[in-house]
Amino acid sequence: MNGNGFVCQSGEAVDTDFSGFSVPLEHSFEVDDVPRFSLRGVLQFRGGREHGVYLAQNQLSEKDRNTLKDVAAVDGLYRIRVPRVSLQADRQTERQAEGYLTTFVRACSLVESHLSDVITLHTDVSGCVVGVSIVTIPGSCRGIEVEDEVDLEVFNTTISVVAPVTAPVPETAPYIERMEQEMEKKGKNPQEQKSFFAKYWYLILGGAVFLMATSSAQTPPGGAREQS
Amino acid sequence: MAWLVVRLAISVSLLYTASAVFEDQVGKFDWRQQFIGKVRFALFDTHSQASKKLLVATDKNVFASLNSRTGDLFWRHVDKIGPEGHIDALLMYGQDAVVVTGNGRLLRSWETTVGGLKWETVLDTGSFQAAALVGVQDFVKYVAVLKKSAISLHDLSSGSQIWVENLPDSDTVQYQTIYSGGNGLVFVFGVVPNSHIVIVEYKIEDGEIMRKKSVEAAWMSSLESSCTVISSGILLCVDQITQSLYTLQLQSAEQTEIRQIHLQTLDLEVASGFQPVLTSTQPNPAQPPLSEFFLQLSPDHHILLQLKDGLIAPLRDFNPSYLAAFATSGERTVAAVMSPKNDTACSINLFSADTGRRHLDTTIIYHMDPNGGKPNRLYVHAFLKKDDSVGYRVMVQTEDLTLTFLQQPGRVVWVREEALADVVTMEMVDLPFTGTQAELEGEFGKKAAIQDGLLPMVLKRLSSQFILLQAWLAHLWKLFYDARKPRSSVKNEVTIDTLSRDEFNLQKMMVMVTASGKLFGIDSKSGTILWKQYLENIQPDSVFKLIVQRTTAHFPHPPQCTLLIKNKDTGLGNLYVFNPIFGKKSQISVPALPRPVLQTLLLPVIDQDYAKVLLLIDDQYKVTAFPSTKNVLQQLQDTASSIFFYLVDSSQGKLSGFRLRKDLSTELIWEVVIPTEVQKIVAIKGKRANEHVHSQGRVMGDRSVLYKYLNPNLLAVITESTDTHQERSFVGIFLIDGVTGRIVHEAVQRKARGPVHFVHSENWMVYVYWNSKFRRNEFSVLELFEGAELYNSTVFSSLDRPHPPQVLQQSYIFPAPISTLEATLTEKGITSRHLLVGLPSGNILSLPKMFLDPRRPEVVSEQSREENLIPYAPEMPIREEWFINYNQTVSRIRGIHTAPSGLESTCLVVAYGLDIYQTRVFPSKQFDVLKDDYDYVLISSVLFGLFFATMISKRLAEVKLLNRAWR
Repeated sequence: MNGNGFVCQSGEAVDTDFSGFSVPLEHSFEVDDVPRFSLRGVLQFRGGREHGVYLAQNQLSEKDRNTLKDVAAVDGLYRIRVPRVSLQADRQTERQAEGYLTTFVRACSLVESHLSDVITLHTDVSGCVVGVSIVTIPGSCRGIEVEDEVDLEVFNTTISVVAPVTAPVPETAPYIERMEQEMEKKGKNPQEQKSFFAKYWYLILGGAVFLMATSSAQTPPGGAREQS
Repeated sequence: MAWLVVRLAISVSLLYTASAVFEDQVGKFDWRQQFIGKVRFALFDTHSQASKKLLVATDKNVFASLNSRTGDLFWRHVDKIGPEGHIDALLMYGQDAVVVTGNGRLLRSWETTVGGLKWETVLDTGSFQAAALVGVQDFVKYVAVLKKSAISLHDLSSGSQIWVENLPDSDTVQYQTIYSGGNGLVFVFGVVPNSHIVIVEYKIEDGEIMRKKSVEAAWMSSLESSCTVISSGILLCVDQITQSLYTLQLQSAEQTEIRQIHLQTLDLEVASGFQPVLTSTQPNPAQPPLSEFFLQLSPDHHILLQLKDGLIAPLRDFNPSYLAAFATSGERTVAAVMSPKNDTACSINLFSADTGRRHLDTTIIYHMDPNGGKPNRLYVHAFLKKDDSVGYRVMVQTEDLTLTFLQQPGRVVWVREEALADVVTMEMVDLPFTGTQAELEGEFGKKAAIQDGLLPMVLKRLSSQFILLQAWLAHLWKLFYDARKPRSSVKNEVTIDTLSRDEFNLQKMMVMVTASGKLFGIDSKSGTILWKQYLENIQPDSVFKLIVQRTTAHFPHPPQCTLLIKNKDTGLGNLYVFNPIFGKKSQISVPALPRPVLQTLLLPVIDQDYAKVLLLIDDQYKVTAFPSTKNVLQQLQDTASSIFFYLVDSSQGKLSGFRLRKDLSTELIWEVVIPTEVQKIVAIKGKRANEHVHSQGRVMGDRSVLYKYLNPNLLAVITESTDTHQERSFVGIFLIDGVTGRIVHEAVQRKARGPVHFVHSENWMVYVYWNSKFRRNEFSVLELFEGAELYNSTVFSSLDRPHPPQVLQQSYIFPAPISTLEATLTEKGITSRHLLVGLPSGNILSLPKMFLDPRRPEVVSEQSREENLIPYAPEMPIREEWFINYNQTVSRIRGIHTAPSGLESTCLVVAYGLDIYQTRVFPSKQFDVLKDDYDYVLISSVLFGLFFATMISKRLAEVKLLNRAWR
C-alpha cells in the first residue's frame, strides 16, 4: 500500500456496487516535443470479470488537426497517457494511484492512417493497469499527403483490455491417458494375444528337429532295425 | 503401429542429437581448472620430513590439501555455500585435521592423506568462539571448543564428547579465547568490555572449575585481537591507547593485579590509529608456548620480544618489515620476516626465535608482481636439512588472492591465482593476426595507399608477398626441425608473443573479471594465463560490466575493452579501458562520471578509429558518450531520434523508455508500472547483440512458412509475486518492446516460485521455475511468430509492427534443480541451438532446443512427422551422454559463457563457478569438418585409379578406332 491509499492486491475483490467508472485518456502532440497533455476522451470501464471498456472521445479541432499535421511533418511524437488505475478495487478512492502510464506513436503514422489506432490496456493479475500501448494500422510512414480534412476529424479507435494469459503447466494427465490408450490398443492387438505355442512355434519346432537329429545320429544303426 | 512410429521418431531424433565425447577426445579441446578461493587457514604437514601436504581452508567454504611441490590439489571438499558451511577453525595434529564448520555446528576430523572423514560430531547450539587442541603429558588427546555460553571437550580419536560445561555469567561476560599448556588445565578467557577480564580454569578430566578469577582491566575492549598467552602461562595483552603491554600470571593465586609495562620503557611506540598485533607460537599443544613473541607496531614495523624473568626485552627490531611468522621444525623454532628490498622486490629472512640471530644464507627474494597486489599473509614451512640446519619454504598470499610458493634462493615453485574462484563476468575476444598477416592487411587498409599510385602499390604487394613466402619457409623449416626431435620435447608453449589467430578462430582470448578486482587474460585453448592486472581500490561488492568496444578486426587499431566498475551502494562508477590481448591499460582519456550511472548502451555507431560508441546514462538522465570525439557527436546528432533506451527501477516496479535528443539530453517517451504490492521485477534481459538468425521462418508440414517474430528490441521481464504462499505465488513474464514500451505478451505462471533462470534469444524464450504445488522444477518455452505472412520482410521496426505476434507456449517437467542456463551461439546461426543447463551437481547438460518446442504435438500426425516434431512428453529427458563435461564437474557453477567460433558448427563454451571449464560444443555435429579418421588414402587412390582407368580406356578406344578404320 502506498501513500494515497492505493491498493492493488490480488485478494478476492468483491464486485459489489460495480456500476463502472471512467478515467480520462489524454494526448499530447507538440511541435517543440515538450509534452502538454490535453483531454482526448474518456475511458469507461464496465464492471464484472469481463473488463469491458468503452471510449468516448472528442473530435479534433481545426487547430489540433493543423498541429498534428505540423508535428507529423517534423516526425514528432503523438503521446497518450492514462492514469494508473485498478479495475478490480471496489471503492473509487482506492482505484487510482499516483502517476500515469504513457506511450507514443509517430505522429506521421497516425496522420497517414487517418486516425485509425488500436489502444490496448494491459492489466496485471490483480487488475491493475500496468501498461498502455498504441499502434496505428497501417503503422508505416510513407510520406503520403493527407489532404482531406475530414480524415483527421474523428478517431477510429479500437480499444481493449488485455489481462495476462495463464501459462500452461506440463500436461501429464492427457499424456498418461494417451499412454494408456496405446497400451490398450496393444492389448487388443491380436498379434500380442497369441498363445505360447503360437508365439514360439518356430523355436519349439527347431528344438525338436535339432533333438531328433542328434538322437538319430547317436542311435546305432542296428538299434533302428531292432525297434522296427 | 502408430506407437511404433512414435517410438521410431523419438529414437531417430535422439540418434540425431545424441553426441558424447569419445575416450580419446578427452582433454583434446577442453580443460578444467580447479580453485579454492581466498585462504583463511593454511597448515603445513610437519608430521614427517618428506610430506608434501599443505592443508588449506578458505572463505569459499573449501577445505583442501595441496601438493606443496606443484601446487596441485590432492583432494578438495566443497561445503555448503554461506554461513552453514563456513569454516570456523582448522587445527592439525599428526595425521588428523580437525575442522569446525557452520558457526560451531559440526566438528569433523579428516584423515589428511586421502581426505577421508574420520568422524563427525554435531555440537550443541551456540555461536562459535574458539577451538584448541588440548594435550596431557606431552600427548595431544582432546580438542576443546568454546561457544558463547559453553565449553566442550572432545576426544581426538573418536570425536566423542568427554564433557560439556556451561560458562559462569555468560550473559555478561564475553568469552573469547581458550588456552591449554599441557598441565591438565584448560583456561577460558572472557572479558567485560572496559571493566575486567574473567579467567576460568577447568580440569581436563571432568570439567570441574578449579578456579575463577576476575582482574581489573578498564582499557580492555576485546581479547581476541590484542591478547595472547606466552611462556609458561602468562597472559600478554597490548593496548594502543595506554601504549602499554600487560602481563598476568595465570596460575598464581596471589596475583590479581595485571602488571603494566609502558612501551616507552622499551623505546617503542605504536603508530597512531593502528591496532597493535601480538603473535606468539605454541609449537606443541601439549607444552606451553615459547616466551618469544612478535609485536607489530605499524603496518611495516615488527619487533621480536622476549619475556625473561618477568622482564620484557627486545631481541630484534625489524623496521621496515611487512610480515612476520613463526615456524617450527623438530625442536627448533624460527621466525621468518619479510622486509622490503626495493620497489619491486622483498626479501625474506630466517631468524632463530630464541636469540633473534639471523640464519646465514636463508634469504629468499620475493619479486612483487607489478600488476598484482601487496603481500598480506605469510605461511612458513620449516624443515631440518641433513646438516641439521634449518631450511624453509614460504607461501605468500597477496591482496589479489595470488598464492606464491617460494623456496631458496627465491625460486617460484608454483603460483595459484585464487581470484579466479570468483569470476563475475567475462568476454571472449578474437586473437589478432600474425605479424605478417597483419602487415598484408594493414598495407591495404591505410588511406594513404590510395594516393600512392599504381607502381608503388605493385612493389608493396610484391614485398609483402615476399615476406609471406619467407614466413612460410621459416615455418617449413621449423616443422622439419621439430620432426627430428622426439615428440615429447616439442612444446607448444603459448606466450603473449606467439599469440595468433588459428585457421578457424577456435582459439580466443578469455577476458575474465573477478570479484576481487583482478582481470585475467586466458588463452582459451590451453587455459594459460597470459596476462593479469589487479585494479586497486575496488570496493568489495562492486558491480562490473565488461564491454568490447573494438574487436581485433581493425588493424592497426588495437582491440579495446572497457570495464565499468560501479559501486553497489552509491552507484558511482568509473571506466577502465584496456587492450584485451595484452592487458595493457589504454592511454585514451576516460570521461569522468560524477553522477551514478544507471544504464550503459553500446551503439553500433563507430568513430573514425572503429571503436563502438558507449553511452552512459546518469541519474539525471544525461548521456555521456565514450569516445566523445567531434565525429561521434556529429553521428549521434544525426541518429539521435532513432536511439532509444530503457531504465528499470525495480524498487518502484517502474520501466521507462527514453529517446536521445540532439543535445545528448533525453526525453521520457513511455512508462510501464508494475505495482510492487503484487509482484516485483527480479530480472530483465534483452537479446545478445552478436546473435545471428539464419532463417526467417519455419517450414511447416504442409510446405507453408510460419514466420518468426524477430524483434531485436524485445525485453523479457520476469517478476515474482510478493505473496509467497504456495497456492497464490506466481511468476510473471512480460515481453516488452524496448522502443515503444508496448507489452507484446504478458503471461502468469501460477503456483510457481523463483529462482527463475531464463534465456531469451531469436524468437523464443525459455525459463525455469519451481512449481510450488508439485514441488518440482519446470521448463517453459515461449515462441513468437508473425504468422503465415510477414508484415514487412525487408526491415524490422518496432515503430511499425502493428499486429501482435502469435504466442505459443508449452511446459515440461525437468527432473533436476538448475544453477544456470545459457544457449549456444554460432557464427551464422545455421546450426541448431542447444540449451546449456548448469546443474548443481557440476554437470553441464546440452539440451537440444528441439525438445523445447511449443509446437510438439500431442497426437502425431502426418504433418508433424514431416516437420520432424517430437511428440509431446511432459518430462524432459536427461541423458548422461548429453553432459558435455563428462566427469569434469564444475563446482558451484554460476555462469556459462558462449561464443561463436569461425566454424559454423562449433560454439565455444566456458563455464565458471568455483572451477573454470572450457570446451567446444557441436550442436549439429561437425558437419563442416572432416573427421579425424577421414580416409584420405582411400579417396585419393580411388581418384587416381579412376583417372588412370579413363586414361587407359581412352587409349584403348583410340587403338580400337584406328584398327576399325584400317579394316
